[in-house]
Amino acid sequence: MSNTRANILSIEQARKSFGDTEVLHNISLSVDAGEVVAIIGPSGSGKSTLLRCATLLERLDGGCLRYDGEAIAAPDERGHMAYAPAKILQAVRMKFGLVFQDFNLFPHFSVMKNITDPPIQVQKRPKDEVFAEAEALLKKMGLEGKDAALPCELSGGQQQRVSIARALALKPEILYFDEPTSALDPELTGEILRVIRSLAAEHMTMVIVTHEMSFAREVADRIIFMDGGVIIEQGSAKELVDHPRHERLRAFLNKLDT
Amino acid sequence: MSLETIIGLLAWGAWTSVQIFFFTLIGSLPLGLVVAFGRMSKFTPLRWLVRFYISVMRGTPLILQLFIVYFGPFYLFGVQMGQDYRFTATLIAFILNYAAYFAEIYRSGIESLPRGQYEAAAVLGYSRAQTFMRIIFPQVFKRIIPPLTNEVITLVKDTALAFTLGVAEMFTQARAIVSSQGNLIAFLIAGVFYYTFNALVAFLMERVEKAFAYYHE
Repeated sequence: MSNTRANILSIEQARKSFGDTEVLHNISLSVDAGEVVAIIGPSGSGKSTLLRCATLLERLDGGCLRYDGEAIAAPDERGHMAYAPAKILQAVRMKFGLVFQDFNLFPHFSVMKNITDPPIQVQKRPKDEVFAEAEALLKKMGLEGKDAALPCELSGGQQQRVSIARALALKPEILYFDEPTSALDPELTGEILRVIRSLAAEHMTMVIVTHEMSFAREVADRIIFMDGGVIIEQGSAKELVDHPRHERLRAFLNKLDT
Repeated sequence: MSLETIIGLLAWGAWTSVQIFFFTLIGSLPLGLVVAFGRMSKFTPLRWLVRFYISVMRGTPLILQLFIVYFGPFYLFGVQMGQDYRFTATLIAFILNYAAYFAEIYRSGIESLPRGQYEAAAVLGYSRAQTFMRIIFPQVFKRIIPPLTNEVITLVKDTALAFTLGVAEMFTQARAIVSSQGNLIAFLIAGVFYYTFNALVAFLMERVEKAFAYYHE
């Protein structure tokens, strides 16, 4: 436990199976305020499932999930997994944001409406305030003048920046990225990485599942290497990339280099 | 029969057909959505019940359904219905039948939307009702306009089936006039009526389609 930083996300001994395959096997992960954590690993290693469990898109089969120290999911006295009541879950959803690999913007809403509709409809915040903040977010994302555009009129990189703005508009405590550049052409990944870098500079708490190794090394405080549903190795970003201890991590990094 | 009488009878018939058409849509479009939800329910007995209902509605002739709704109260429960029941029975049968077809159209549209839309809405904190009304339904509607148009056009023509219950709609009137006049002019007028009605339906649905063409996925 760090002494000054507040703990935001805490996952202990998480287990998750799809049918007979266990995709998460006793995973524990703790993220403090201001930390940037990158999760790397081969496909099928359980990285995305971990994010989906943390964002309540999937239910854990075992273990404990906490936000700000409050238990959201934990086993009951009989050992069955129990989630907090729907009302609490709904409030917890406001603590995190998720940026999807394939954006999942609402195609029938303009850029502006994609960003402003959730704060207005879900958080019931005043419209003027929300619109002013959305303008500032668009500027920050380098999307000035795109307010009225529709998602289908934008490039993949622009769409992903809108989806980051949409997540930020709800003022989450922690932002998750699920392979944010994997659906993009190589020349468009740079603009997304720039945005994430600038968020890191503002000490936005982030967990990023990514295949961009040099980016992870540069931007993350900590890297977690997952394989086969378990955390094989974790440590400071540079240490882990430059001096991998575990054979599987070494093999994984070598494969990426070629 | 004077020309005036003929025109009066046909106009009355046309008005009745239009009423059957609109009342059926007003009843079956929302009911179809409820049926679609039942069809997709997580509660298995309900899902199977609704499935059975849809299969009966689609698997038997509408004309048979009309007769069962019309004669059902008397033969099943011994209840004598009044003269107006002809029209009511027509609407009940039409609404129940069309709701089943609309339900399947809604369902196909709802199930065709990518899961990511639901997931994005869930993570952003939209309630289930908000997710459906703001995110899902507008997109579903755009997708189902073509099959919906087909069904609505079929409905225009199906209104002529009310003839079998003696409802004085367009076809009933035209047939009565033809048999008394000994020529086909009334049928011709009826044909022009249905054709024009459907041309109007097609035109309006095209406008709706265009209104939703402002975005693509």
